[in-house]
Amino acid sequence: MTASVSIKLTVNGETVTADVPPRMHLADFLRERLSLTGTHIGCEHGVCGACTVRLDGDIVRGCLVLAVQANGAAVETVEGVSDSGEIADLQEAFRQRNALQCGYCTPGMLLTAQELLAREETPDRETIREHMSGNYCRCTGYQAIVDAVETTARARAAART
Amino acid sequence: MNEHNPLTALDRPNSYIGRALPRPNLTRLLQGRGQYVSDMSLPRMAHVAFVRSPYAHARINGIDATEAKAMPGVVAVVTGKELAEVCTPWVGVLSHLKGLKSAPQHAIAVDRACWQGEAVCAVIAETRAAAEDAAERVMVDYEELEPVTDMMTALDSETPLIHPELGDNLAFERNLDVGEVDKAFAEADAVVEAEFVFGRHTGVTLEPRAVIGDWNPGEERLTVYQGTQAPHMMQNIIAKHLGLEEAQVRVVCKDVGGSFGIKVHVYPDEMAVVALSKLLRRPVKYVADRIESFNTDIHARDHRCKAKIAVKADGLITGFAIDDVTGIGPYSMYPRTSAIEANQVVNLVGGQYTNQNYRARTRVVFQNKNVTCQYRAVGHPIACSITEGLVDLAAREIGMDPAAMRRRNLIPDDAYPCAAASGLKFESLSHHASLDKLLSMMDYDGLRAEQAELRKRGIYRGIGLATFIEVTNPSAAFYGVGGARISSQDGVAIRLEATGRIIVQTSITEQGQGSEAITAQVAAHALGVPMERVRVILGDTDNTPYGGGTWASRAAGIGGEAAWQAGKALRTNILAVAASILQADADALDIVDAKVVDKGTDVERMPLEEVARIAYFRPDTLPPGFQPELMAVRHFVPREYPFAFTNGIQASWLEVDPDTGFVTLLKHWCVEDCGTIINPQLVDEQIRGGIVQGIGPALYEHCLYDERGQLTNASMADYLVPMASEMPDIEVGHVVSPTMESELGAKGAGEAGTAGAPAAVVNAVNDALAPFDVRIVEIPMTPEVILRALGKI
Repeated sequence: MTASVSIKLTVNGETVTADVPPRMHLADFLRERLSLTGTHIGCEHGVCGACTVRLDGDIVRGCLVLAVQANGAAVETVEGVSDSGEIADLQEAFRQRNALQCGYCTPGMLLTAQELLAREETPDRETIREHMSGNYCRCTGYQAIVDAVETTARARAAART
Repeated sequence: MNEHNPLTALDRPNSYIGRALPRPNLTRLLQGRGQYVSDMSLPRMAHVAFVRSPYAHARINGIDATEAKAMPGVVAVVTGKELAEVCTPWVGVLSHLKGLKSAPQHAIAVDRACWQGEAVCAVIAETRAAAEDAAERVMVDYEELEPVTDMMTALDSETPLIHPELGDNLAFERNLDVGEVDKAFAEADAVVEAEFVFGRHTGVTLEPRAVIGDWNPGEERLTVYQGTQAPHMMQNIIAKHLGLEEAQVRVVCKDVGGSFGIKVHVYPDEMAVVALSKLLRRPVKYVADRIESFNTDIHARDHRCKAKIAVKADGLITGFAIDDVTGIGPYSMYPRTSAIEANQVVNLVGGQYTNQNYRARTRVVFQNKNVTCQYRAVGHPIACSITEGLVDLAAREIGMDPAAMRRRNLIPDDAYPCAAASGLKFESLSHHASLDKLLSMMDYDGLRAEQAELRKRGIYRGIGLATFIEVTNPSAAFYGVGGARISSQDGVAIRLEATGRIIVQTSITEQGQGSEAITAQVAAHALGVPMERVRVILGDTDNTPYGGGTWASRAAGIGGEAAWQAGKALRTNILAVAASILQADADALDIVDAKVVDKGTDVERMPLEEVARIAYFRPDTLPPGFQPELMAVRHFVPREYPFAFTNGIQASWLEVDPDTGFVTLLKHWCVEDCGTIINPQLVDEQIRGGIVQGIGPALYEHCLYDERGQLTNASMADYLVPMASEMPDIEVGHVVSPTMESELGAKGAGEAGTAGAPAAVVNAVNDALAPFDVRIVEIPMTPEVILRALGKI
């Protein structure tokens, strides 16, 4: 087995140092080493989006990034953006609209939606559907998720004016 | 709400039944702070990786684990033969499915692998990665055997037998002949025939199957953390095959990342994990990876059905006949069996119509592919697609509008109770009211005009209708009568805590449907307390009443009624204590907003926490001989009807590009009747999610095997599921015909969407392509299937 590599990064604002095998991906690192199990694993080949996290501000698939690649980076997970309050309105819209059933895809959905909302003020439904199409949900049929994202976008736009 | 329930006025405080309230358990899931089995870790926990057969059929001549055992972090390597010492095999049959046969199946294959992906050896190590590394070093000496893969030739005399001791590859056959079928077809004005093909597909739960076995040798007790829909069923089965008493097994079911019927079965590899825990005397965890999920999660459908319909010139349907074949893999799945889907197809075809001439045959055959078993809407999408496909083809043949054709034949709304040709008993359905509502919601006539206009411009849009019936609230007729220890009843225990809070323990389980929410709604409503005061406990055989769990659209209708009855019983008990304290007549008191009040005036007499305080801490102040009982338990199971049928109708509006074969879904509608609606938002979301799970196999989802029995698309990149950008908005409407078997009157809603969506989409595609005179009766309708039908490739 290849020797472990020392890494240092921030995760949800906290500095973390660890020795990790080079082959360990970021989602496993977050879940197994840091017990941040809100980052879920659905396919481990970059398709389903359940492991979506932020790396230096951009969303990435946690299963397609190695932990060693996150050395020196700032990682944010659903636990972090929940505690900071950054997506409180989006979470509340999801709750009110029942935009989750089993909840397994939800952390990835929230981070993906938040990226869109940060970029576009009032995306239309087609844009929302297109943007969310890399995140699989097997429970909802997506409409409630689209509704919740749309509601949040409108509320944020109204709050800005 | 129906008139036989007096506590229904929605202006009353704590009236939660019928309200679209958010689920109480969502916040933790929204913060990533749920706990799925795949998230769990226990002290000294070891991890399993399975060595799986690369062949569809192979003899295992030997296993050399020497090198694997020497790998770092390896705890043990266990073969099927070694595991069979602690876990006995099973046979997936039920006595009410007459003639159903299967062969003994082991947790890990002992001397023969019967499908690609069957576990042949387990490697247990300190980490999953170490276990997988070592699994690669296990040397298995396979002798490849001839696989049986084509279900249409599985019964031919020259085809090898998968289990020679069974005599043939036929697992089950059922024949039904009702009315005068030959006469009906002989006297018909038109007969339309088609051979319907339903591809194999699977559930793709986003969290794969996950289980932890934790055998404590000191307690001689096994705790199993499992993503399952039926904890008590699992408790029974695990105990039985590990040689334990049921009391020695506790099954705990925490958050579950999707189930849809996938997680209601007994999987050999999961049985292996709990057996390994007992063998190794430490916690052992297994989470399927995605390739393992595709190869070993149950598949469903895989039917080929020759079917025909007889009609009169005025549109009257006078006969249905079907001849169905399905391939179920090498074993009938345990304990629910793999014959239920075929049996359901026979039961359900034509069930929404008045016709009473019906002949059916289904044959269930073994093959060397992954097993099939009950997945969301078991049999319904097949029966609905055959029925509604034939009705549309017949309507086209006689030149009748599809909506008019249905109106001509649907069982009248005032005809109940009545029975289908297959013998299914219907208590109260609303086909015509549902049809009328749907046509109005979608502006059927307007869409037809738009369709005609666009067609002139070379734009091919289609409307597809699909009426359906759905089996819900199953009684013991489903499994219990066949000898399976699968409970059809559910229990709820409800108690008033010392602080005035309410604890509800229920035997139904939660996988995201909203079981916890509707239990809290019903209990709070029955008691007269704010819903925030109610905490629901479920998914733990140590801490809930005995019951069935959540499957077959049963949780709200059966578990909900148990919660309603338990809530009413506790209410009576609380009022008895309050009457005793207040020296009042209990009948003159009521509970509103967690306070005991004078009935009628709602003048507050005392809060519930005061009742609890006196009952728990100052019982000395109560009259001699009076014993407060601030906990109540009630159970419920339907007894009069084997199933509470629901009904509904769906419509699809889509566009087909005849040059590319691409289908664009534009809109989808569903009107359904699940009786009393406890939470409209949750019902609507069940319908929407179900519809999309029906659209998936209609257009995309397909487990593709080659002729050697190799699954060729076992990854999420290759097996397509619906994504947000492809799905339409879905409008849902309701007609409400409560079941009179319960006071709540609720029936199930979990499978209605999946039951009707494929038929609606197929009919819409055929309608869109009507100018080309093609008919497609095969799903998934990939662009290739459509272009072939158009003669373009």
